[in-house]
Amino acid sequence: MNSQLLSLIKREISVVMRSQSEFVYPLAFFVIVTSLFPLAVTPDPVQLAFIAPGVIWVAALLSILLSLNGFYQADYEEGGLEQLILAGVSGSNIVFAKSIANWVVTGLPLVLVAPIIGFLFNMDVYANGIAMLSLFLGTPSLCFIGSIGMCLTLGLRNGGVLLTLLVLPLFIPVLIFGASSIGAASIGVNYSGQLAILGALLIFSIMVAPFAGAAAMKISID
Amino acid sequence: MWTWFFQLASPKWVYRFSDKLLPWFRAATLILFVVGLVLGLLFSPVDYQQGNTVRILYIHVPAAFLSMFVYVLMAISGGIGFIWRIKMAHIVSVSCAPIGAIFTFLALVTGAVWGKPTWGTYWVWDARLTSELILLFLYLGFMALHNAFDDRKTADRASAVLALVGLVNIPIIHFSVEWWNSLHQGATISKFEKPSMDVDMLKALLMMIAAFQVYFITVLLQRVKAEILEREKLSGWVKKLVTNE
Repeated sequence: MNSQLLSLIKREISVVMRSQSEFVYPLAFFVIVTSLFPLAVTPDPVQLAFIAPGVIWVAALLSILLSLNGFYQADYEEGGLEQLILAGVSGSNIVFAKSIANWVVTGLPLVLVAPIIGFLFNMDVYANGIAMLSLFLGTPSLCFIGSIGMCLTLGLRNGGVLLTLLVLPLFIPVLIFGASSIGAASIGVNYSGQLAILGALLIFSIMVAPFAGAAAMKISID
Repeated sequence: MWTWFFQLASPKWVYRFSDKLLPWFRAATLILFVVGLVLGLLFSPVDYQQGNTVRILYIHVPAAFLSMFVYVLMAISGGIGFIWRIKMAHIVSVSCAPIGAIFTFLALVTGAVWGKPTWGTYWVWDARLTSELILLFLYLGFMALHNAFDDRKTADRASAVLALVGLVNIPIIHFSVEWWNSLHQGATISKFEKPSMDVDMLKALLMMIAAFQVYFITVLLQRVKAEILEREKLSGWVKKLVTNE
């Protein structure tokens, strides 16, 4: 990894960590949303264990969707993004760095907190491990795919709602395979196929998203 | 030899040209629909299991086929416009979106109507149905994104990027019935193998696909014309056209 990319990632993380809200809010959102389901659906432990994979994945997906804005909007409005591009930093490097930083700041904590939620939902240790693994493989793809939508809606007045409309359809494959891998693990069926597809989706989104995002960013900036 | 090709990039020329083409396509749409519907509703056999319900096929399959075809056309012309900055390509791309969304919606609705008597349910969350639903969302996202920008050029370029990214979904829809176990049946028409359906049914189905295709071109030309007028409203030839007619 070249030094420019590394310093970009460091910059993103340090900027975001300075205001802890970006770090804490998605995590708090994740915990609160998941805790709503036992209240709304049923407190029955067997049924909770049954719906847990879907609940964890949907909540993780939504909290990443919420976190995207913090990495781009302020940077765009204050002109930092423009300065980076004027300084000759390639757009794809910026998008790549932002996605990595986004995952480190929001995705990784979700992976670490997921087992706690899993235990509260009466999932066994084994399924919890697979839940962590599938989130570990899946959430970075969400950050990368989300960055495309974010770059497309930069500088739009009602960008938030539009972002949801653009990005959620593209999130669906990750959601399906992520949740079904946990579901398969909890009933004792082979889950390696779903994990392999999650990995493939990750590689594909890392390959495509920085370039698509850079193209979109250029449109939004000039 | 290449002049006609370059002329395709000129809105004025395309406007004139589609004016000339439209009557032919309108007539062809009418004829093909009449022939296709007569073949499908009167002269094709009933299915030994599904009975007359199978006739939904003649609307469902062409609509589903076109929902994907239109998306590919939209993405490719968007890509052409994005790379070579051709105004006409963006106009075609933008005009495709609502038509494609309607075809997708039609495929979903006819599928649901067909599913009730044959599968016993209007909707199942399996791969083909879900990915077709995603396609509808992609169309809606494309239109929403295009509407969100004040500047039309920015809107064109941004939505072209979105269309190209969404292109990933097309092979997923197409192969979903082969990759996953699904209630939805596999493909019955293929280029290379003998089709697994009755010849009379096949004739009617192909006629209906042709009818839908020609109908799509007709509507597309109409929309392209309207879009050209809208975008070129400040240019001299549009003013002349509007005042003289």
